[in-house]
Amino acid sequence: MMLEPGIEEKTFYLNLGPQHPSTHGVLRILLEMDGEFIANSEPVIGYGHRAHEKMAELRTYQQYLPNMGRVDYLHALAYNHGYCLAVERLAGIEVPERAEFIRVITSELNRIASHLLWFGAYLLDLGAFTPFLYCFDDRENVVDILDRVTGSRLTYCYFRFGGVRDDIDDEFIAGCRAFITRLRSRWQDYDDLVTKNVIFINRTRDVGIITPEQALKYGVTGPCLRGSGIPYDIRRSEPYSVYPLFDFEIPIGERGDIMDRYVVRLREMEQSLRIIEQALDKLPNGPIMAEKVPKRLKPAEGEVYAAVESGRGEFGTYIVSKGDTKPYRIKLRVPSFSNLSIISELIKDTLVADMVAILGSLDLVIPEVDR
Amino acid sequence: MVAYFREMFVGLWSLVAGMAVTIRYFVRPIVTVQYPRQKLTMTPKYRGHIELIMDPETNTHRCTACGMCVRTCPSSLITVEGVKVKKKKLPVKHVIDYSYCSLCGLCVEVCPTKALKFSNEYRLAGYQRQDMVIDLMARLDAERATVGLPPLPIPTPESEEETTSAEEKA
Ligand code: SF4
Ligand code: SF4
Repeated sequence: MMLEPGIEEKTFYLNLGPQHPSTHGVLRILLEMDGEFIANSEPVIGYGHRAHEKMAELRTYQQYLPNMGRVDYLHALAYNHGYCLAVERLAGIEVPERAEFIRVITSELNRIASHLLWFGAYLLDLGAFTPFLYCFDDRENVVDILDRVTGSRLTYCYFRFGGVRDDIDDEFIAGCRAFITRLRSRWQDYDDLVTKNVIFINRTRDVGIITPEQALKYGVTGPCLRGSGIPYDIRRSEPYSVYPLFDFEIPIGERGDIMDRYVVRLREMEQSLRIIEQALDKLPNGPIMAEKVPKRLKPAEGEVYAAVESGRGEFGTYIVSKGDTKPYRIKLRVPSFSNLSIISELIKDTLVADMVAILGSLDLVIPEVDR
Repeated sequence: MVAYFREMFVGLWSLVAGMAVTIRYFVRPIVTVQYPRQKLTMTPKYRGHIELIMDPETNTHRCTACGMCVRTCPSSLITVEGVKVKKKKLPVKHVIDYSYCSLCGLCVEVCPTKALKFSNEYRLAGYQRQDMVIDLMARLDAERATVGLPPLPIPTPESEEETTSAEEKA
């Protein structure tokens, strides 16, 4: 900040949060303000700490399953997937192919729901209320479809070690196909309503630029990283499940500003639709659960790391087993935490209004940061 | 100067295009459900709180009070007490504290006699925590009442004959 000579430099402190609607959870950001501009900032986290990692040490492998729906409640099925993947690798459980397909379909649907929610909530941050209702209308469809198989609308606990809990039926498949057509017909509306909107463009173009170097330095993953032009997606770079069977693109941005992150997310939804379409076409018959998964799982001593691509980035589960029915230690690598860490650098010397726009564009789930 | 007006025009046009979308949807049928007057039916797999299945053959539950669900529940919210009647164990108490339930479904899966299922109950609200403590045996009795059956007799080790005959009648 340039200050006129002779004027004494004075800054003041401003608390954003913990209870601020635009932080999407209980996040507090301590801002050192220089007039209207942010001179320094520091995110303060931990208000929503629920000791998820510690809880794992006190529960058996199965009993930890419901926790995975609650770390990141918006893309819960990716978390289900990540944890199951890690335990399956640890215990050497083979998952039948149909189950893998169901996993991919449901978690891609969930990714769309997560991105749609971000889309709506983010525009709400920017002061646009209408798009929120449109995307919630669409999201409602996904939630209904998922409700039919998983039994829940938000905190799913659907994947099991060696498969999934319930099989999908024809109505589910028909619902998915109808949803794909429906969402595709909506892109034009979203473009008209938001992407081409002059206010939206002015607020997001060249604001909050994450350079590729910065992104790599802070370990930013997910759409925020891809918005900066680095095509890193776990589904491609470290394929898991049956993702290698599908043909999909990894959308990337050029400048790394908010607009790019926004566009990446929109295009990612389209890619998810493509994945679901292909998976429905190729859906094999067969069992949905591996045989002989012991009720009291007791993996051999060892450690394992498994990563999946969640709606926000790389979600990794690191499990240390001492050959007991309970994990010795579980470490969750959550994307929001790394994505949040870049915020101080991004919002330096910006206006508070821009800061809200930047914070929202990172798509943070605060309970996931605290976990 | 030209650029200035151009920008203004393009900006204005984008707002009009957005408004057109709104107007188009304004005349379409509404998608929301007027909740207290209209209700949606839950899907068959919807997870409400757990309840005991009423076996269509015997019109009673299949629970053997083995305690597997109690031990499996991550939140330890199930309480089961059973008594031995004629070398068969029967529950006298099956209570859940729904406020702690994470609806994970582990209890349903682990039950050896498949005695549990998820109910379709979603309209749950209470004024106090105690309202969320659900007595599954009482729920089963209520379900029995809908088909005109008396409440299940409380199994006690002394009244063996009574219990079995009552069950046979049922
Ligand atoms: S696991 Fe099934 S049979 Fe055993 S106590 Fe629970 S409900 Fe009854
Ligand atoms: S669904 Fe899960 S949390 Fe609820 S009673 Fe059953 S085991 Fe416990």
